[in-house]
Amino acid sequence: MSLYLRQIGAVLRLEMRKTFLSRRGWWVYLLAFGPVFLTGMHWLIESARHGGRHSIGEDTLVFAGIFHFYYLRLGIFFGCVGVFSNLFRGEVLEKTLHYYYLTPLRREVLVAGKYLAGLLSATVLWVGSTAISFMLIGRHFGAAYNDYVFHGPGLGQLGSYCLVAALACAGYGAVFLMSGLFFRNPMIPAAVVMVWENINPFLPAFLKKISVIFYLKNLCPVEIPIPPPFNVMVIDADPAPFWVAVPGLLAVTLILLAYAALSARSTEIGYSE
Amino acid sequence: MSDNLITFANVSRFYGEVLGINNVSLSIPPGVTSLVGPNGSGKTTLMNLMTGLIRPTEGEIRVLGIAPNDPGRLCRAVGYCAQFDAFPKGLSGYQFVYSFLLMHGFEPAECGRRTLAALEMVGMMEARNRPVAAYSKGMRQRARLAQAIAHDPQVLVLDEPLNGLDPLARAEAIALFQQWGKAGKHVIVSSHILHEVDRISDQVILLSQGYVVAEGQIQSVRGEVKDQPMQILVRCSRPNQLAARLFIENHVVEAKLHTNGKEILLRTRDADGFYLLLNRIVLDSGIEVESVSPADDDVNSVYQYLIGGEGAAI
Ligand SMILES: Nc1ncnc2c1ncn2[C@@H]1O[C@H](COP(=O)(O)OP(=O)(O)OP(=O)(O)O)[C@@H](O)[C@H]1O
Ligand SMILES: [Mg+2]
Repeated sequence: MSLYLRQIGAVLRLEMRKTFLSRRGWWVYLLAFGPVFLTGMHWLIESARHGGRHSIGEDTLVFAGIFHFYYLRLGIFFGCVGVFSNLFRGEVLEKTLHYYYLTPLRREVLVAGKYLAGLLSATVLWVGSTAISFMLIGRHFGAAYNDYVFHGPGLGQLGSYCLVAALACAGYGAVFLMSGLFFRNPMIPAAVVMVWENINPFLPAFLKKISVIFYLKNLCPVEIPIPPPFNVMVIDADPAPFWVAVPGLLAVTLILLAYAALSARSTEIGYSE
Repeated sequence: MSDNLITFANVSRFYGEVLGINNVSLSIPPGVTSLVGPNGSGKTTLMNLMTGLIRPTEGEIRVLGIAPNDPGRLCRAVGYCAQFDAFPKGLSGYQFVYSFLLMHGFEPAECGRRTLAALEMVGMMEARNRPVAAYSKGMRQRARLAQAIAHDPQVLVLDEPLNGLDPLARAEAIALFQQWGKAGKHVIVSSHILHEVDRISDQVILLSQGYVVAEGQIQSVRGEVKDQPMQILVRCSRPNQLAARLFIENHVVEAKLHTNGKEILLRTRDADGFYLLLNRIVLDSGIEVESVSPADDDVNSVYQYLIGGEGAAI
């Protein structure tokens, strides 16, 4: 057991060094920086105007929208495509995967180590971005916002958003680590998963559960009203409560990882087209 | 089943429709073994098979008694310096060797010690802290060699390890291979050209188009080669006269005149001798020779290619 831990540590160490240095992933940083930039501008502009035209409540609703439609469905989604699908595929393109395959690492351990490395960088990036944007969006209210965060519901909401962001990294990470083992072009599985996640509300209850969004959307602390043409079409199967959503998502993640580990065992290294 | 051998039992490997190697049976004892064959003959395929990177379509492989699909055991016994000249990004030579040693489960201090020993052995101590990206081709080759030997494997598989090395580094590398071979390790080296490696090899395996065409100690392989008749096609002005002269000299085994009266197909056991004789005949008789070319693309011409002109010199 301690050998496996040491090996996972060794993989983690090498992967972290590579991930943070990789220029291939520059656009992931851009994706994460986007909302920080927007909320930062919002703060600066509103502070300059001095005029409070909206309330803290409205800002938190706007943040809920940003989080749901940008972070969950675009930013973290494509961020995970960028980070996780390169874990194996990137090494096949660079012809370096054989170095790992020539060490006495069990393939399961390799998958675990690489996944943890991806998870660590993705989580730092996206939880960080979420927290900073959340703190910036109401910053221009000054003391009132501090009060909202530290003595009101703010901290609880922030905690939920961070948890959801981290879980999204975990779930999408597993999806795209696995797809990176099978597809040369990461955008093909990305498009398929994207469509799947977006038709999720219209799917029958059983299929709904094979999804990342399904578990996470109900964990978001502030509900966004669904606009009219869609609200009737949504078959709102029992929204998963917290104690189902978190284990449910983790279970989906583990199943995907187990499958990835299994296919990593039978992967051959030829680096051919 | 011996634990001291690398064995292939009727191993075939296909890449879809493409033949990698076909029905290879081998038993490789310790010492330096050279895999020799032209491009695409299956050298890398054979090496990838014995290191577990790919699996055989048919047949069974054992490396010192270990099945190649058991990386936990195999990769402690085997070090493979593959043909891919690629490295993980952003590492120095030292970090490169060290990082993969960690995955063997050694303590960090032990990894450091082994890394330095391996770099020392290939003469890369000075450049060890420079980024691999700034290395020359020969330095990268040596860094990869160091990585392959750092865990002190019993079996070393080296795919064209002399590529990109200057004569001095080449001599040093060859000395290392011999030293490891003498120490009882399996050292398996591939090359395009036999005389590049024949001096140091305890045995050679000649490959052509996925088949093992000869195998054994270098002298016996050479003997086999000498005995293979070779076909030569000559276009000349008076082919029947040429044939007559050749038979008088008792040199060719067989001669076939082409119906066009311009060409003659000859079989000889001694190509070098034949060329010398042909020159003499041409000078003596004034036969005008248009072209002389080896006529078979089978095993014989592969031998000629591999062994080169001075094949008989040993
Ligand atoms: N990944 C692959 N996909 C398809 N065919 C392959 C693959 N790898 C090798 N082959 C084919 O298998 C045959 C043997 O190739 P191999 O690479 O083993 O030759 P080699 O002796 O190492 O050649 P070289 O001297 O060029 O390195 C060739 O015909 C090659 O085209
Ligand atoms: Mg090769």
